[in-house]
Amino acid sequence: MTVIGTDSPASGGLAIETFALSRRFGALTAVDGASLSVRSAEIFGLIGPNGAGKSTLIKMLTTMLPPSGGHATVAGFDLRTQAGQVRRHIGYVPQLLSADGELTGYENLLLSARLYLVPRGEREGRIRQALELMGLTEVRDRLVRQYSGGMIRRLEIAQSTLHAPSVIFLDEPTEGLDPVGRHAVWLHIRDLRARLGAAVIVTTHYMDEADALCDRIALIDRGRILVTDTPTALKRQIGERATLDDVFAQMTGQAQEGGNYRDVRRTRRAAREHA
Amino acid sequence: MGGYLTQLLAVADAELRKLRHDPWELASRAIQPVLWLLLFGNVMARVRGLAPQSIPYLDFLAPGILAQSALFVAIFYGISAIWERDLGVLHRYLVSPAPRSALVSGKALSSGARALSQAVVVYFCAAAMGVHLSLRPTNVAAAILLIALGSALFSTFSLIMACIVRTRERFMGIGQVLTMPIFFASNAIYPVALMPTWLQILARLNPLTYEVDGLRAVMLARGSSVFGLTRDFTVLAVAGIAMIAVATRMYPRMTE
Ligand SMILES: Nc1ncnc2c1ncn2[C@@H]1O[C@H](COP(=O)(O)OP(=O)(O)OP(=O)(O)O)[C@@H](O)[C@H]1O
Ligand SMILES: [Mg+2]
Repeated sequence: MTVIGTDSPASGGLAIETFALSRRFGALTAVDGASLSVRSAEIFGLIGPNGAGKSTLIKMLTTMLPPSGGHATVAGFDLRTQAGQVRRHIGYVPQLLSADGELTGYENLLLSARLYLVPRGEREGRIRQALELMGLTEVRDRLVRQYSGGMIRRLEIAQSTLHAPSVIFLDEPTEGLDPVGRHAVWLHIRDLRARLGAAVIVTTHYMDEADALCDRIALIDRGRILVTDTPTALKRQIGERATLDDVFAQMTGQAQEGGNYRDVRRTRRAAREHA
Repeated sequence: MGGYLTQLLAVADAELRKLRHDPWELASRAIQPVLWLLLFGNVMARVRGLAPQSIPYLDFLAPGILAQSALFVAIFYGISAIWERDLGVLHRYLVSPAPRSALVSGKALSSGARALSQAVVVYFCAAAMGVHLSLRPTNVAAAILLIALGSALFSTFSLIMACIVRTRERFMGIGQVLTMPIFFASNAIYPVALMPTWLQILARLNPLTYEVDGLRAVMLARGSSVFGLTRDFTVLAVAGIAMIAVATRMYPRMTE
């Protein structure tokens, strides 16, 4: 398999660097002075309760939402002044459904290939390769609204990585999937890192998943990054045989619950549409 | 530049492929203009003095109904934009490096292309009802261009409205409220000259008036334009570009 090169400028090996990044919605501060750095080819987990600000942080880093304060570089480009360059070098699978149900899998990929200006001569080859990698070749001409949740997630990952991005954002890519589907997504995330050398930023509510998959994890609560470290180091801080669940409970001061009506409505709806 | 066009056409192509998967939508759109011609047209044709002396009322009406049916579809285009935002599909577009104006123009182009199905229906129906159509290729091409421009313009206007009101419920209300004045404050079903002065002023500010005026000149065998085709095309093109410029600024903020 060929490794498709990316032309992102050297940035000291850092895929992402943020300095006191904030976002307010009226009186609510959804992200409060987040500073973090993600190395290239790193799988970086964002965990935290519902409404912690994970998606808001990702939306800012993908240029979908302007920050209220602070600044950041993504793939070596400044978030505020070089948004176009940032978009060229990232892939983003949002928490909500983003594949178009009224199009076939192939058509969704074709749309992405064209939007990202994959050279005409390479389009079909890359689409075919992506369909094969994601196990979607058989269903390529079926409308996506007939796909299962796992198939849709895999298609979305394929769509957002056709252009060989150097930084990939996956917002709850395994939400609503059965164990087999979840496992397939893990494998694809590892494969993307190996194949593209890409940094992968992933959010999840499954602590076992974060533990198994991520090189490092940032724990977010009420907009603030509480701690950033490797899963092993995080667990060691808490105790001898602690799990990441224990870390979560202790640091956020709660078992996993919370979130307001808006959060629940959004996640439930997304889950249903994936079903 | 080639890249810009690729991205613009990618958006338009995706929209048209959706239409191909669901041709029912096209069929259902054909019904309304046919009913207007058949019911409204046949009754109003008996009223004297509604159309200029030179042509029968049905001839006068056909271009108006074509523009109107395209308007009614385009003006609700914003709903699908809000729907895409709610689903999340909008992110797929906005996170891509495609210039925002290419995305907006691609959507506008697809809306223009969609309206052509209505043109086919209205031409056939009008011909069957004895309207004296002009089928000269240059005239038909000009008619196609006018309809496409009008639809692109009004669908982009609708997109701007969607960016402002942001929810489907509110949009449904606004859509109803907007369609009536745009339609009735135009020359679609009666000449501007019949209107009271204040309405004449509105009609002359209304792009639909120029679309219909141009269509009367190119669709009909004995039709003529009141304002001149140059003015008609210019007004539509300038208004369309202005809409796209505004929408280009507003559309990206829909994800916020
Ligand atoms: N567009 C918005 N307008 C107002 N408030 C918002 C908006 N988007 C997010 N919020 C609020 O900001 C906070 C952070 O939301 P965010 O979606 O980032 O949380 P999250 O960590 O991704 O949660 P989840 O795990 O449920 O996905 C929440 O309180 C949410 O209600
Ligand atoms: Mg979220």
